[in-house]
Amino acid sequence: MKTAVVLLPGLNRDRDMIAALTAITGQRPATVWQTETEVPDADLIVVPGGFSFGDYLRCGAIAARSPVMRAVAERAARGVPVLGVCNGFQILCEAGLLPGALMRNTSLNFVCREVKLEIANAQTRFTTAYEQGQVIRCPVAHHDGNYFADDETLERVEGNGQVVFRYAEGTNPNGAIRDIAGVVNEAGNVLGLMPHPENLVEPEHGGTDGRGIFESVLGIATAREAA
Amino acid sequence: MKARILVTLKNGVLDPQGKAIEGALGTLGFDGVGAVRQGKVFDVEIAESDPDKARAALDAMCEKLLANTVIENYAVEIV
Repeated sequence: MKTAVVLLPGLNRDRDMIAALTAITGQRPATVWQTETEVPDADLIVVPGGFSFGDYLRCGAIAARSPVMRAVAERAARGVPVLGVCNGFQILCEAGLLPGALMRNTSLNFVCREVKLEIANAQTRFTTAYEQGQVIRCPVAHHDGNYFADDETLERVEGNGQVVFRYAEGTNPNGAIRDIAGVVNEAGNVLGLMPHPENLVEPEHGGTDGRGIFESVLGIATAREAA
Repeated sequence: MKARILVTLKNGVLDPQGKAIEGALGTLGFDGVGAVRQGKVFDVEIAESDPDKARAALDAMCEKLLANTVIENYAVEIV
């Protein structure tokens, strides 16, 4: 399985993502710098966290307008799976590839700890390795993870099953509306989430709860290659 | 031509920073302060002498970058 990781100025979790993808696929992902106008062929494109461009203006706002993100948007429109984690989620929202926006945590504090995530939709191509309603552990590390969308958007997103992850009861770290931790686009091939699944993929991390997201996408891609 | 762009959070969008500032004003003894909402100001110099064209360009800048219209409103003033 070929993967690609988008690199932007100021990132700090890109190497974690590269290590996780290498461990899972057995192949180092291609890396694409923000000024590139093309992304190599890949079964999964990842926009990692965090702090692209120092989060000037708004989190992810300037990164979302960089040339590479236009190329990512073109791929996404053609159905290629795209995953955005933490700052990557903010970038995908700012780029208009996902609904809603991510605002400052209601506590105004940077939150860095483990939370529990409920799989709100196990039918997406990113979550077939999980069971509906399953609760997994996942670390968060962010200042702006407070997901927000207006009522009309929320109704549409909930109705379509686009809410994929929710913070399990009592663990919402940022005030996100309806405990939303991750959403997919309407077509189901673009996922954004605030927690960091790439930091729980090997037993040495203390758990492999995050691995299912990558394995779900990998499984589908493997089947497609075999067909 | 110079313009001032004011970006504010939409009504109904929680403003945690505004709330913290509101609390600080209370701590300083400023009684009678209701809600505080904070926003951003952009002073933009633009090489365009036609006010209509300038306004159209500034609106486009707001829509494409300066404001996130999911959560923010903007107002453009030619100064």
